[in-house]
Parts: sequence; C-alpha cells; structure tokens
Amino acid sequence: MVDLTELTIKQAHEGLKKGDFTSVDLTSAYLKKIKKSDLNSFLSFDEDWAIQQARETDNKIKAGEFGILTGIPCAIKDAILVKDQKCTAGSKILENYIAPYDATVIKKLKEVGVVILGKTNTDEFTMGSSTENSAFGVTKNPHDSTRVAGGSSGGSAACVAASEACFSLGSDTGGSIRQPASLCGVVGLCPTYGAVSRYGLIAHASSLDQIGPFAKNVEDVKIVFEAISGKDKMDATSYDYKFEQKDFDLKGIKIGVPKEYFAEGIEPEVEKIIKNAIKKAKDAGAKIIEVSLPSTEFALACYYVIDPSEISANLARFDGVRYGLSEQSGSLLDVYLKTRGRGLGEEVKRRIMIGTYCLSSGYYDAYYKKAQEVRQLIREDFKKVFEKVDLLFCPVSPFPAFKIGEKMDDPMSMYLADIYTIPMKLAGLPGISMPAGKIGKLPVGLQIIGNHFEENKILSVAQQMEKLLK
Amino acid sequence: MISKEEVQRIAKLARLELTEKETEKMQKDLSAILDYFDLLKKAPAKILQSKNLDGQAGNLRKDEVVSSHNIADKLIKAVPDKKEGYIKVKAIF
Repeated sequence: MVDLTELTIKQAHEGLKKGDFTSVDLTSAYLKKIKKSDLNSFLSFDEDWAIQQARETDNKIKAGEFGILTGIPCAIKDAILVKDQKCTAGSKILENYIAPYDATVIKKLKEVGVVILGKTNTDEFTMGSSTENSAFGVTKNPHDSTRVAGGSSGGSAACVAASEACFSLGSDTGGSIRQPASLCGVVGLCPTYGAVSRYGLIAHASSLDQIGPFAKNVEDVKIVFEAISGKDKMDATSYDYKFEQKDFDLKGIKIGVPKEYFAEGIEPEVEKIIKNAIKKAKDAGAKIIEVSLPSTEFALACYYVIDPSEISANLARFDGVRYGLSEQSGSLLDVYLKTRGRGLGEEVKRRIMIGTYCLSSGYYDAYYKKAQEVRQLIREDFKKVFEKVDLLFCPVSPFPAFKIGEKMDDPMSMYLADIYTIPMKLAGLPGISMPAGKIGKLPVGLQIIGNHFEENKILSVAQQMEKLLK
Repeated sequence: MISKEEVQRIAKLARLELTEKETEKMQKDLSAILDYFDLLKKAPAKILQSKNLDGQAGNLRKDEVVSSHNIADKLIKAVPDKKEGYIKVKAIF
C-alpha cells in the first residue's frame, strides 16, 4: 500500500474521492509520524480533536459535499490563532495562552473541511531565521538533524518536508516562509501584502506580516493560497482580490536577474544551482534580462529599523496584565518590567530595544524616518524593474541550512540569512521559494518574485520550472 | 559604542528588566547593529510622499465598522488577574 503521508493534496483528494482511503486513515498516518518524529516541528497537537475533525469530514465526503481540501490534514504555525487551542508564538510569555477565536485563514480552512493536526514551532514571535529563538527548542532540519530548518516558520517547513502534514501555514515578515522552505526543500509562498488576511496572526511587524502556505509542490501551494486569500473585513489592510488561475507560457516570458543578488556573500554552490535554473528557463524560451535594484545594499539596514520599530509598539501588549505570564510583585511598573524581562527571549528583547531606540526622541529622524525614505527607494527600484520584466529569479538564501548554534552568538550574521528575502517584502511584493537543487543532501531554493497580486504568474511559471528542475 | 546608561534608559522606556549580563550583551549587540545602520546615511535623500507608490495602499485604509464577536468572556479568561468579569490591575499611584 502507498504511504499516505507521501501524497500531494491533489493525490490525497483523488484517493478520498474514490474511496481508496478515508480522512481518518490519512490523519492517523500523519499522527503516527508526528508521534515518532524527533524533529520538534510541532509544539502541540491534539490527537482526539484531529481524528474527530477527520470523522466529520469523512461524513461530508460520504454525503458527496466536498472540495479539494476536504479531509486533508494540515499543520498551522503557532503564531496563528486556532480557536480553543494553545497559541504560544514560541514564547514563554504565552506558554498557556488559549486562542479565543479563529484567525480568518483558519475560519476559511475550516469551512472547506481541512483537518488541523497541530501547531508548529516558530522563532519567538516569529523573530528569527532558524527557530533557535523558540522558547521550546529548535526544529531540526529533516535532511540533516545537526542543522536548522530555517525560520521563523521552521516547524511548518520541516513538517511538510518530513511528511508530517500534507500542507501547512506559516507567516513571512522578512523571509520566514521562503527561507525555511528553501532550507527544507519544500515550496513556500509569501503572498502580496494584503492578499491574505492577517486577522488572528499574532502581530510581529504589521506593515510586513503576511500568511502563506507550504506544500510539497507548486500546485498544492496554489490550492491553499486560493482557499485562504481575499478581502476580510477584520483586516483593513486586506485587499479586494480574487485569485484567478491563469497560464503563462514560460516561452517568451521576461525574467529579470538582479545583479546585486549575485554579489559577494553568496555561496558559490548556491549560485551555481540558481544560475542553472535560470539557464533551464532560458533554454525553455524565457527571455533573461540582467536588471539592477540599486537600493538593495540598504535593504537590510532599512528592514532592521522598521521591523523592530513596529515590534516595539506591537509587543507592548504583552504587559502581564492582559495575557499569559504575569510576575505579580511590587508596583504596576514592576509587573511590566519583570513580566517582560522574564517572559521574553533574547532576540525579542533585542528587537524591542532597537525599535525603542530608533523611535525615541532625538533618533527618530536619523533612523525611522530615514528608513521609511529608503523603503520608498526600494519600492521604486522594483516598480521600475517590473516595467521591463515579468518576474525576477534569484536565490532565497545565500547558503543552505546552517549548523544549529552556528549563528546564535552574532545577531548580525543571523540577520544576513534574509538578505535576499527582505528587499521585496519592503515593497509588499509576492515571492515563492521552490526546490532548485541540492548541495550534498541540503536543498537550495529558487526565489521567483512577481509584481503585486501577480501570484498567478509566479505560480504558473513555477509549475513549469518544477518540471524542468526535476 | 552605546553606553551602559543609555541601554538602561532604553530598557526602562521599553519596559524590560535586563540582568547585568543581558545589559552587557545588549550594549555590544546594539552597538554593532546601530553601527550597521550608518549605511542608511549613504542612501540618496528622498522626500517622503504622503501617498503610497504602490497604487493600492490608498485603498487599504477605509474605516470599517466591525460587529461584536461576543468573545469578551474568552478574552477575560486569558487575563492573569481578574475578578467578576473585570481585569484587576495594580494601583497606578
């Protein structure tokens, strides 16, 4: 019998439709894997609840009322609220926090009848590139357990790579979907800012945060994206957008290759794999155009002013009064200081400190205002480039999965892991990471960036690239 | 290098209690990161426009009235210190 956990969404759906197996069979197969796993990709899972959901969807399937995601088991990053389930955001401060409502993406997935297996590991409050900042331990890379799975959505990437879930949801603020997808060898899509509702995603940096899917292949990612995207009255920044499936022939498509993304810092082996993917696109008839994004060199600094500034405001809510951990001693100020001092981890504190510094009087103009100006320059760079090309091809990460512990002492070296995923986030653009090759056993992802709300172009070309890179 | 006093001042503004060890590490890390931010000075000057260039952002900010979700009980449940449906806080003065 086939291993049910190896099936794609489409294949599992066909099997459910034909009655080859039930959702309970599928769900049990995944739960068995999750229980045996030592990757630490899941922070929590509720077996009884998962089976109960599977039974309900089996009834729906029997009654003939079901869609492509009905009965498909998935995993959710532990920064996205699932009603009545724990939601820790990888933080001690929310260790026992029970979500009071469903995030909009969860509401949508529940409506189409998915089975939620559990919640996946993340860097604390989604801040990091390795899940090493999680208060509940690091997620190991399924391809090499001495290495990280990437982050912050490392749990969501690893569980799909290790077939512990058919698909998963993550969130991407500076690269948190694409980078772990690249390091784990799965497909991950960061949608256009506004394409997917952020309601019920624990806020990190609100002008950047975006929820997106991980899956085994591009088609599955497309199926999930279609299910979760669209306008939501609970998120004023969500956009009235309906995904339209459309085919774009790779032949004749104009692909821009930003020269700044192949400068110093990239590992030669990674460069080789990405250049090979570009060559395959060219051989298939795509037009390759070298382009320049001159403000790229400022992107990381710009991001690390804006992101922590928004964090310092967003995380003010974790005050020991409203949620979770509370250190009840002394005055009200002591409650704040002690709760936050003890409940928040090193990286979160560091970013709150940077943000508070950048926003404090006397420094605001030099840092925050300047960064907003640079953000505009970066947006204009992309705008100009997309007047000339359809898509951009570039690396996701300058290196494959790194060793656990390797970058923990030096925050700057960790920040550099997101050097290719950050710039387009500052412009609110969509991008995908898809497997393009391997260095030894370590996967390397190709990043395809598109113009605003052109996910269909990205996905269509990615599907063709998938065949070429097989 | 950012001074220890400066780190302590920012920590207090940020409502974070830092241990002695954390303060030292923070001093080192913040200095390195703020030094890196100097790069921004090299970026060409740009006058910020009030309207977003993406052409879509202008549409994103319409006020919308959100109906009540009747989850007050659940929200209160998450509060560490409460009494009869009220949130208890320490006296401010």
